[in-house]
Amino acid sequence: MTRLDTAISDVDALDRLATRGSPIHRLDPRAKLVVTALFLLTVVSYPKYNVVEMTPLFLYLAALLALGRIPALMLARYLLLACPFALLAGLFNPLIDRQVVTYLGPLAVTGGWLSFVSILIRFTLTVSAVLLLLASTGYVAVCAALGKLGAPRLLVIQFLMLYRFIFILTDEAERMVRAHSLRNPDEPNPPLRAWGSLAGHLLLRAYDRGQRVHTAMLARGFDGTLRLPQGFHWSMADTLFVAGSSGFLLLARYGHLATRIGQWTMELAA
Amino acid sequence: MSHHIIEVKELEYRYADGTAALRNVSFRIEHGESVGVIGENGAGKSTLLLHLNGCLLATKGTVRVGDIPVLRDTLKQIRRSVGTIFQDPNDQLFMPTVEEDVAFGPLNMHLPPEDVESRVHKALEAVNALHLRNRPPHRLSGGEKRTAAIATALSMSPDILVLDEPSAGLDPQARRRLINLLDGFKHTKIIASHDLDMILALCPRTIIMHQGTIVADGATADVLSDRNLLAKSGLELPLGAQGCPICNAKHPEK
Amino acid sequence: MHMADALISPQVGGAMWATSLGLAAYSAHRLKPEMTERKIPLMGVLGAFVFAAQMINVTIPATGSSGHLGGGMILTILLGPYAAFLVMFSILAVQALFFADGGLLALGCNVFNLGFWPCFVFYPLFKKIIGKSPTHGRIMTGSIASGVLSLQLGAFCVVLQTLLSGISELPFGAFLLLMQPIHLGIGIIEGIVTAAVVSFVWQARPELLELSADSKLEPAMSLKPILVTFAIVALLVGTLLSWFASTHPDGLEWALFRVTGKEELEASPDGLHAAMAKLQEKTSFMPDYGFPETPATQEPEAEQPATEAEAEAWPAISAGTSVAGVVGGGIVLALAVLIGTLLRLVQRRQNVAVS
Repeated sequence: MTRLDTAISDVDALDRLATRGSPIHRLDPRAKLVVTALFLLTVVSYPKYNVVEMTPLFLYLAALLALGRIPALMLARYLLLACPFALLAGLFNPLIDRQVVTYLGPLAVTGGWLSFVSILIRFTLTVSAVLLLLASTGYVAVCAALGKLGAPRLLVIQFLMLYRFIFILTDEAERMVRAHSLRNPDEPNPPLRAWGSLAGHLLLRAYDRGQRVHTAMLARGFDGTLRLPQGFHWSMADTLFVAGSSGFLLLARYGHLATRIGQWTMELAA
Repeated sequence: MSHHIIEVKELEYRYADGTAALRNVSFRIEHGESVGVIGENGAGKSTLLLHLNGCLLATKGTVRVGDIPVLRDTLKQIRRSVGTIFQDPNDQLFMPTVEEDVAFGPLNMHLPPEDVESRVHKALEAVNALHLRNRPPHRLSGGEKRTAAIATALSMSPDILVLDEPSAGLDPQARRRLINLLDGFKHTKIIASHDLDMILALCPRTIIMHQGTIVADGATADVLSDRNLLAKSGLELPLGAQGCPICNAKHPEK
Repeated sequence: MHMADALISPQVGGAMWATSLGLAAYSAHRLKPEMTERKIPLMGVLGAFVFAAQMINVTIPATGSSGHLGGGMILTILLGPYAAFLVMFSILAVQALFFADGGLLALGCNVFNLGFWPCFVFYPLFKKIIGKSPTHGRIMTGSIASGVLSLQLGAFCVVLQTLLSGISELPFGAFLLLMQPIHLGIGIIEGIVTAAVVSFVWQARPELLELSADSKLEPAMSLKPILVTFAIVALLVGTLLSWFASTHPDGLEWALFRVTGKEELEASPDGLHAAMAKLQEKTSFMPDYGFPETPATQEPEAEQPATEAEAEAWPAISAGTSVAGVVGGGIVLALAVLIGTLLRLVQRRQNVAVS
């Protein structure tokens, strides 16, 4: 089954990006986490009919994506992966909200279409921001930063342990599914009985592995608290990054940048 | 340096359902010895090894590491002096990166950060794996996983190394590198394996287990050339001790 | 269905993050070190199991449809509610990060919707139905009942969260009528699938199922503190939200207004804002840029709806400002592309120079 396969190679490809070097990569993970959270909050705080004033956020994101050397193809793939959901969720807006709110030349724009476009913009911005965070920081560092910022310890440990075993378990699952489909070439998915036993076996194997890992942990002195050595170094660049980003986000959110630039341009043209 | 000694006396272990996994197992391993433990599947090799670091506790009999008996209260000391390398390195590498995995043991020993760092460096250096330091385990080859797993045990500065099937699943060259690596260690070593040629190369002494008991304990050269004994225990002559299929001459590995 | 960043308001996202993190902290607190020592590796591998098993689709007999494992219930059965909740949190986090399922801000919602109900509320029901001596029938009934109920409430939460966020236009009733039946179907399938795994484990290794039922290993479930906390949080959030919605349609703007003491930021006379104000002054000398006839705003269908939210959200509609906005937005977007490309080029040059 290719689904397991692609899932894990997606995860791996994203994490590989995090091993590259760039000014964005070098920032403290905590700084990036905080700025990403602020960015997401800013995006979703826009009123639902506001479309044009969100465009400055693209400016910011595009600069960071380029600085972070995130390949455009990866971004496109990531957006594509998630877009059916956003489309589905927004599709009802034009149907339900038919109030005309403005005219663009001969074109009557309804509130529904405006909020639909706004949803698409929100979707693009939030998804790209998460991709940027992950691809420039790496999953493990994001988790460690979460821990440093006060997330429950056990939760952070669980994030890390899950990540480690996803690679092993999906691999095992893939081998089992392959063995099944080789003997049942006509059935794409295992029927319920076969699935139950397949997943059951996978579960038992996982359980046994859990116990072996436990033994291996005990053998190295594990006592129930996981100690993480990873230390971060907050530098001036991080302070500047957080301050600059916050400033820009505030300006973008409340400064009516796009309208001003538009008016200014038209004034020049006139 | 008496703490490099392992002494097992009349060890017996029964599973929760009452089946005996080990019966009347006794041996003594001296400082700096390298001992191979061989036997068919289910002979009790892994169960025996789990007693040496206290992951299993004896139902009857005693296990002593140096002067310390392996008991619930002494586990901390025991595990510090006995480094175990498990059969599947995937079970042993559970942290996000090799570095953190190697640091796991020292951190549990509550060492200061500088000491942890120097131990991690030394352990990785000892297995020639400094370049793997920041890699996540899922991006290591089988041989690299094995060396990383060995480093995780070395970082605790054990006196004794216990290895379960260290050469399983390695390609010939990775296996050769592993044998050379282990040969260079001065620790007391106990190696359970089906790879009789590796045992022949690494261990002057060999213990054969069969159905939970020891059926032979002696010089490897003698034990591994006893065709009848090996056959009875579900084993066969090491390839190196068999005739060459082409020229019919014998080429022991070492 | 996952809640998505694009549909969420900061208030709802923030409140649900706080709730989910609170539940996670509470769960972590309830898991004593002597339990975590044994459970930490198991939580890791079982989380990975659910992650992998969710990707193996199954064909449901007689329907021809396919479904997959939900995860919350099976994890609770094997690990107990507290550990299971943390595991669900981690699975959803990985999905949000790597597959853009829902998004980071909506993660709090999704953890609550998909983790809270099966782990804390309907697991006791499952246990009650299964009883001391499980049979296939009981396992099936218990799994389906708890699966359906968990998903019904989860879906209801999605509707509520969407509604409170106010980004989607779907009216409450219609959305509810859409979501609940769909999730009835999904819940039944998830229940059947869960039952298939539980039955298998029950036959192969019954001791694993007894593990979390054993009161020696797991402290007795106390729902009360959780429900009380939840009720307080819900009440608080609800009150706050409705107040926001009625008086201050845009929460952040209102908060900022409180902080700065001014309705609009650019009205402040110093620094950047002063420059902004000047710019605005300058532009306001100019007559309307739009179409001189600008009848659009006078037309009845262009009249603003009565709700304050929309009046505030789309202030001072005129074709002129709209056009300016569109022009400005277009320029900014073009600038975004330009900056991105330039930075990339500069970096490529640097790389070449280095190598």
